[in-house]
Amino acid sequence: MTRIKTTHNRRSFLKASALAGGGMALGFNWLVGCKPAKVAGEAAVAEAVPASWFEVNAFLKIADSGKVTIMSPNPEIGQNVKTSMPMIVAEELDVAWEDVIVEQAGLDTENFRRQLAGGSQSIRQGWNGLRMAGATARRMLLEAAAQKWQVPVGELTTSEGKVMHASTDKSISYGALAAAAAEVKVPEEVSLKDPKDFKIIGTSRKNVDGPSIVTGAPLYGLDTYREGMKIAMIVHPPAFGLKFKGVDVKKIKEMPGVEDVFPVTVMPDHVKRQWSDVQAFSQQIALVGDSTWALIKAKRALKAQWTEASKGENTEDHEQKMTALLRKLPEKAARKDGDAEAVLRRAAKVVERTYSAPFLAHNTMEPMNFFADVTAEKAELIGPIQTPASMQTTLSKVLDMDKSQISIMMTRMGGGFGRRLYGHFGIEAAVISKKIGAPVKLVYTREDDMTQGVYRPTYKVTYRAGLDKDNKLVAFHVKGAGIPSSPIFPNRFPAGTLDNYLAETLEAETNISTGAWRAPRSNFIAGAEQSFLDEVAEEAGKDPIEFRLELFQRAIDDPVGKRNDYDAERYAGVLKLVREKSGWDQKRSGVYRGVSAYYCHNSYVAQVLDIVMEGGKPRIKKVWCAVDCGIVVNPDAALNQIEGGIIDGIGHAMYSGLTFKDGKPEQDNFNRYRLIRHAEAPIEIETFFVDNGIDPTGLGEPSLPPISAALANAMYKATGKRLYHQPFMSKSQA
Amino acid sequence: MATFDLNINGKSLQVDVAPDTPILWVLRDDLQLVGTKYGCGIAQCGACTVLLDGVAVRACSLPVAAIGEKAITTIEGLSEAGDHPLQKAWIEHDVPQCGYCQAGQIMNAAALLKRNPNPSDEEIDRAMNGNICRCGTYIRIKAAIKTAAKA
Repeated sequence: MTRIKTTHNRRSFLKASALAGGGMALGFNWLVGCKPAKVAGEAAVAEAVPASWFEVNAFLKIADSGKVTIMSPNPEIGQNVKTSMPMIVAEELDVAWEDVIVEQAGLDTENFRRQLAGGSQSIRQGWNGLRMAGATARRMLLEAAAQKWQVPVGELTTSEGKVMHASTDKSISYGALAAAAAEVKVPEEVSLKDPKDFKIIGTSRKNVDGPSIVTGAPLYGLDTYREGMKIAMIVHPPAFGLKFKGVDVKKIKEMPGVEDVFPVTVMPDHVKRQWSDVQAFSQQIALVGDSTWALIKAKRALKAQWTEASKGENTEDHEQKMTALLRKLPEKAARKDGDAEAVLRRAAKVVERTYSAPFLAHNTMEPMNFFADVTAEKAELIGPIQTPASMQTTLSKVLDMDKSQISIMMTRMGGGFGRRLYGHFGIEAAVISKKIGAPVKLVYTREDDMTQGVYRPTYKVTYRAGLDKDNKLVAFHVKGAGIPSSPIFPNRFPAGTLDNYLAETLEAETNISTGAWRAPRSNFIAGAEQSFLDEVAEEAGKDPIEFRLELFQRAIDDPVGKRNDYDAERYAGVLKLVREKSGWDQKRSGVYRGVSAYYCHNSYVAQVLDIVMEGGKPRIKKVWCAVDCGIVVNPDAALNQIEGGIIDGIGHAMYSGLTFKDGKPEQDNFNRYRLIRHAEAPIEIETFFVDNGIDPTGLGEPSLPPISAALANAMYKATGKRLYHQPFMSKSQA
Repeated sequence: MATFDLNINGKSLQVDVAPDTPILWVLRDDLQLVGTKYGCGIAQCGACTVLLDGVAVRACSLPVAAIGEKAITTIEGLSEAGDHPLQKAWIEHDVPQCGYCQAGQIMNAAALLKRNPNPSDEEIDRAMNGNICRCGTYIRIKAAIKTAAKA
């Protein structure tokens, strides 16, 4: 059993208050107590999230009937936190999951911390706080029962929403104790369960929104409806580099169903931008009416004038720019151990390869949208947002309102993938609502969504590996260029596994808006690195798994450098596990295998992928996946995340890409932008979790990055051709 | 604007809308039946799939004027109590991640099972290929369709 301090001090305390009509409400406010240790790899998500990451809290209500309402504080984007986070509270509270009602909490910066979906961090950073929330309430219920029965609290036990006293054979439900428990002094220290006693954590519980999803109940931002609400759409400049010049609204206003058309400044120049204020076009044209279809037609008819603010860019320019960057010498290495350049010059063999990948759009299935009702006194916002606190900060500046006047309710999101970290669409809705003096739901068309994105940057990276005469890897050099940011994590594997290592980053500016896309940087660099290592292993005449394990052994026995972002034993552990489970050494005729492994977002993943060739195209028969994310909270949902990441990763590596012509995205809908479809998904995915009892880490991202290399390495076995440039399938093949 | 008498989920409803309005927006804006989702507007993603006399169609590309007497079934009308074999199988397999595309997936699968009660894997792939899921739940969707087919 773990004892844990409930961190009361001047800044942070627990509040217990009786609710009208009985029952106990607990508001938790921990600031520093639940902060997980800063671990290696944190930089991986630093670009996606603000600095205030670690504060956590929770909220629960116990009804006198015994039902427990657990608020789910974090935004739900499909990563299933609305089920898995309340499971953790319920575990420590010791209630039957069937008695739990989960409610989505809105933004509440007083009572909750880190209401953010990003970096696969919700479970990892929520873990202690959620457990403490449940355990504290349980302790107060125990004390209420002890007072009622006049017995020592130490003689009491709990199970499934009841407090029991064994020697007198007494039992009372939490519901009957709730009113008294609300009067109990909040304990300064509580006990947490031993993980071996978990009854809910580690068991599969169904998505709490499942019944609503399969019956079409309103859940998503786009489903928001309010009496008197207007619908709004926007027209943005058609290309990056253009800005608004003028528009003749007269004819458009005369169209049926169009009530108003006006230019709108979303972000005035004087508003200081924060990290989440990524937006290409600060001035747009708004259309308002009662019918989405009428507005879509009006948008199509609208002719606006645009003027050049900066030069429109082309995909060919990006290619050349990155190639030129890779020829440059950076001023300073991102990491330098030994002298890789010198060792490469005298190496027996040098392998040099270059990998690249295009910009990507997020393409959440639910396009961007937001509801806003802004009056002189308050602003009410409802919609899909991964970063409600950041949105509130920006709204406060743009609307010139105090944060206390601005409420934000998060809806279930039709996908996030990083796109909804950047909430400009909420700001747009608010500005439009303020202008027309009515509640409004802003709706993006798919074309708006795809052409006004916050894209995954485009990348190009060159690797060099030096082998000595015994085919031992003796030097490694990675040079990574990106527009606008490099994909390199200088302290990740293979850093730490060899004496001569050099990592260099190179970047060039762009006027195209970019940001975090599911597993930022890792989503490209994992595939490049793991494809390259496959080729180096082959050059060295070694089995690709054995080759990697030798490197990990060095990092285990005698790591080079102090700042290595991974635990080499856990990394090697998933590789060994996938080797065993996939029967790696078996060779079957007509079946081609590839392997890959990666560590990101605090979790370890290794994959083996089998393909067969059908009519010149690969068909993925099976993927084996070994995962070390510590304790698995909700196993079946965890499997779903792993499967989804693998399919998403295969799809984007094979088919997807966004190209530009004079600043204009050349793909604006799913007829031109290819996403993976049913028939292209692997036939089977089998996942194995390492059972080590370590505190849990996240799963929304880690299975995606390595899979492109497992696929590329299998494709090489099938075709004899290495794949260096994503998407792997050319337009004619796809 | 024109008046249209529609048969939606077994009910007769009258709407007054522009004749070229896709039934998707009639459902969502005029009837507050928001289970049918907007995804692309060009019949490429399947999120808006509904049944027209039992056949899967893309509501985003079907003008209200083209419907006539035909009966429309949306996800809200697939079953009375949310217990269509596909809905039950979707829960059993815990298919959804974000869940946004799933109503369209289920409606498309309903049309498939209606014309082919026991589809093979290849037939499922072919029939479902027009329905995109960015979360990547394809394997579970297929498993759920097979479970529902056995029910």
